[in-house]
Amino acid sequence: MSFRFKEASVLPGFGLSLGYTLLYLGLIVLLPLSALVFKSSELGFSGFFKTILDPRVLASFKLTFGASLIAAGGNVVFGTIVAWFLVRIRFPGKRVIDAIVDLPFALPTAVSGIALAMLYSPNGKLGIFLQSIGIKVAFTQLGITIALIFIGLPFVIRTVQPALEEMDRELEEAASSLGASRTQTLTKVILPLLLPPIITGFTLAFARAVGEYGSVIFIAGNMPMKTEITSLLIITKLEQYDYAGATAIAVAMLLVSLAMILLINLFQSWSGKHLVR
Amino acid sequence: MFINILKSTDKRPGLNPPLIVNMAITVIALGFLFLFVIMPLIIVLKEAFSAGLSLWWASITEKDALAALRLTLLVAVIAVPVNLVFGLAASWALAKFRFKGKSLIITLIDLPFAVSPVVSGLIYVLLFGLHGWLGPWLAEHDIQIIFAVPGIVLATVFVTFPFVARELIPLMSEQGTDEEQAALSLGASGWQTFRRVTLPNIKWGLMYGIILCNARAMGEFGAVSVVSGHIRGETNTLPLQVEVLYNEYNFVAAFAVASLLAGLALVTLVLKSIVEWKSKHD
Repeated sequence: MSFRFKEASVLPGFGLSLGYTLLYLGLIVLLPLSALVFKSSELGFSGFFKTILDPRVLASFKLTFGASLIAAGGNVVFGTIVAWFLVRIRFPGKRVIDAIVDLPFALPTAVSGIALAMLYSPNGKLGIFLQSIGIKVAFTQLGITIALIFIGLPFVIRTVQPALEEMDRELEEAASSLGASRTQTLTKVILPLLLPPIITGFTLAFARAVGEYGSVIFIAGNMPMKTEITSLLIITKLEQYDYAGATAIAVAMLLVSLAMILLINLFQSWSGKHLVR
Repeated sequence: MFINILKSTDKRPGLNPPLIVNMAITVIALGFLFLFVIMPLIIVLKEAFSAGLSLWWASITEKDALAALRLTLLVAVIAVPVNLVFGLAASWALAKFRFKGKSLIITLIDLPFAVSPVVSGLIYVLLFGLHGWLGPWLAEHDIQIIFAVPGIVLATVFVTFPFVARELIPLMSEQGTDEEQAALSLGASGWQTFRRVTLPNIKWGLMYGIILCNARAMGEFGAVSVVSGHIRGETNTLPLQVEVLYNEYNFVAAFAVASLLAGLALVTLVLKSIVEWKSKHD
């Protein structure tokens, strides 16, 4: 049997369209991304670790990944509730509410950034109120987390919502006719079925939060060691013409988020085998 | 109809929570959306018009703001068609033919979504920056890419790269090749088949991809911020102009320019809903 790269087809244009696709992909995506790998190898092993183990860099990692985890977790709770509301509860004007959910995707991040900074500043609409009960949001890690909740908000909703819509109603009917209480139906039937989309939504929200820049920098205050996110630190290094340093941080950030996404995917396939049948 | 407010959408037996629970869910859901989505939007519009309509108008017709608007439109006018052509070529090759290595290519196409905005800008600095790979050669030939318009266009093309392709590939795979084969066997040319058969079938998916691609192209901040250099009137797009004005404490002008972008976002949401509705009812 000879090796066949492509199955026969009467449709024309395969060579041209695939050739163009690969050329464009190579020039716009692969070539620039390979620069990242080569530049960071310039530093060598020890230089790479010296850069990313610097206390200021480590502090930014802790802040970025910590705040992203908390924000994605918050989005799981509220996103699932909003998805439930959109699918399961009668309410007028739901189509408009449904469209509004995508606003954090559609609004340019710089606009979200200044809006949130204004809203939570000590004399902003919500800032005044929160200040009066002793909570400071602007220029704190809490402010960063709030911005990350904002930009990750649609992910969990948009993964859980279709799963809820397609969920087989007969499972619930069976559970309740077999005498399960509402709490039992919820925790033993519905939530296990929603777990995979929830985890997917969490992963997407988390990945987006780790790399987020525009909506965070205005509310963050950007103090080194305290409220300086990793994306900003990369820009700071670039402005000092420390290309290798900036690249090392970027590569470390990419590696850690890839590893976490891989871990969550593994958990998901495991939970798919063990929790949901 | 209003009598049914807050009741469960499905009356069959199952998990139909009591009205009080539905009420609590509704309050939490709407409260969350109001606090996190509606409030920021309101604050943009309120701050933009806080000093009156004439000052808003003056802010958005100011020289640098107009230059930023022109640059933003220019970038979108280049980035969207370029990625549209790529999306059509990629989906034709990947959805209409069977060959080895297809899933690898699809994964690679999605790559720009996995890379954070700042890193998307960084990679072009590494290539074309003064201390980058091609930097010395470019400087010798007096070509400027970083801190100039070409860099902004390239970074935008990169971050909006997957939008059209990832919309079309699943859609065209699902539609198969039967209709195209029929057209070809009836004597249509390849180009005619594409124009008369394939294109009408994918028009809503195509529109959807273009809308999302355009919104991101006009609103991108992180990637563009790295390669722009923030030169007023020259390399500031609208989002960068917002940043510059805000950091100068010129809040009225910053929010006035931001209100243009918020308007773009709202138009995007409306168009997106229309296209979703149309494609469902076609």
